[in-house]
Amino acid sequence: MSYLALPFIQKALVAAVLVGLAAPAVGTYLVQRRLALMGDGIGHVALTGVALGFLLGTSPVLTAVIVASLGAIAIELVRARGKASGDVALAMLFYGGIAGGVLLISLEPGGNTNLLTYLFGSILTVNAQDLVTIGVLAVGVLVVAIGLRRQLFSVCQDEEFARVSGLPVPLLNIVLAVTAALTVTVAMRVVGLLLVSALLVVPVAAAQQLTRGFAATMTAAMAIGVVVSVGGVVASYPLDVGPGSLIVILAIAVFGLASLAAAVMSRRRPVAV
Amino acid sequence: MRMSDHIVDVLGASAALGGRPILHGVDLTLDPGEVVTLLGANGSGKSTLVRAIVGLVPLTGGTVTLFGTPLTEFADWARVGYVPQRVTAASGVPATVREVVCAGRLSGRRIFTRFGAADRAAVDDALDVVGLHPLAGVGVARLSGGQQQRVLIARALAGRPDLLILDEPMSGVDADSQAAIVAALQRMTGAGTSVLVVLHELGQLSPLIDRSMVLRGGRVAYVGTAPPDPAEDRDADHDFHPPVAGGFGLSSSPLGSARP
Repeated sequence: MSYLALPFIQKALVAAVLVGLAAPAVGTYLVQRRLALMGDGIGHVALTGVALGFLLGTSPVLTAVIVASLGAIAIELVRARGKASGDVALAMLFYGGIAGGVLLISLEPGGNTNLLTYLFGSILTVNAQDLVTIGVLAVGVLVVAIGLRRQLFSVCQDEEFARVSGLPVPLLNIVLAVTAALTVTVAMRVVGLLLVSALLVVPVAAAQQLTRGFAATMTAAMAIGVVVSVGGVVASYPLDVGPGSLIVILAIAVFGLASLAAAVMSRRRPVAV
Repeated sequence: MRMSDHIVDVLGASAALGGRPILHGVDLTLDPGEVVTLLGANGSGKSTLVRAIVGLVPLTGGTVTLFGTPLTEFADWARVGYVPQRVTAASGVPATVREVVCAGRLSGRRIFTRFGAADRAAVDDALDVVGLHPLAGVGVARLSGGQQQRVLIARALAGRPDLLILDEPMSGVDADSQAAIVAALQRMTGAGTSVLVVLHELGQLSPLIDRSMVLRGGRVAYVGTAPPDPAEDRDADHDFHPPVAGGFGLSSSPLGSARP
């Protein structure tokens, strides 16, 4: 295990812990509101942001944060209006995001090798500056997800009750959408934009097989997020496979095990009411 | 000039849903300590009226005043406990009974403040009132429909409201939970809480009711202290009809009534 002392592995491990904590924390609210695939949609839109960054010669993470946040707000506004046509509007946004990203990249003279970094993640190339960006964003995400947990729980559990409680529901919805967008841009370096939603959702799905409370689910999901992210980085080096995909496969394996354990437990004890 | 010492004062309220007019100039008042029931067939507008009173449905005409303040300026939501028409108390992620009831303590709370002893005591009291304290740690998805309804009532009570607004709390609720809800409302009204409750029929709650108002086609068809003519009530009775017969308002009420 001497490779764990390698500087790039250590940076990758720090990034894995940060993303492993932040992504399921936000993902818990998205799953609670039955918007599990929102992260996927934001990921699509973020691709345009990444491409814009390349084209303008600025930091792709910065432009991704901005474009993904705008996309997330647009998704939230479509959701809040609750119209049947919202479905189609979301499709436009998602595919427009991917197509816009690919189109912008093709405008850039030179190679598109960097794009793959963002589509599939490359946690092993995270440098010190990236780590600072990831750290700041992840802490911001955790402050919102944990600090506002009671308000966000109420809004995601029963939006109308939250409104009658006098909570600033539209503002909280925007905050949650932007937080999800930040999470996507943080996580894209780790698992890539195509798999980012998995890190938001799969640990939550795994955790809730075995939990009965919200706080317990969020805590367990964050623990699973850290374990699979760190496990993916640690195991990818000797196995010589990409850590991003391995992290997602590990998360799905944990989900499978948790479902199995839940099935065994429910067979042993009758449903209590 | 109108006196506005009413807790709820609705004057000439009109409202529409999706462009279709639902309420046509409805007047309603609720005085301190009073228990008023709204009755009427499905689609008569009773649910829309209470949703308009709490600001969930915009008025197309008329005014709503809560505790002497026009609804548009009203901010003291801690005084209002709202129990929405239940579909389910569960959501995409498990939540315990206590966690859901704690959501009733957020009115007027500053963000990033801790839950203190007063919050915990209020939540415990609310769980006691609806008789669910022993199930506080259980996931709401595991409860029966009637127990989930009691969770939603406890959530509204956790804010220690002066005004309780309930939208069809007895629909699709098993006998045990009906009795628990009656006992809970008895305790609240005994303590001086004003109650506005939407019902399909007076049923077990009738001893508590001070005044009844019957809506028909979005207009007030009857208002008075005596229970309305049983013939009115027959309109609202849906027990032997399939759920599709009543249309919009009925679709959610029989859900999950008996099943755990």
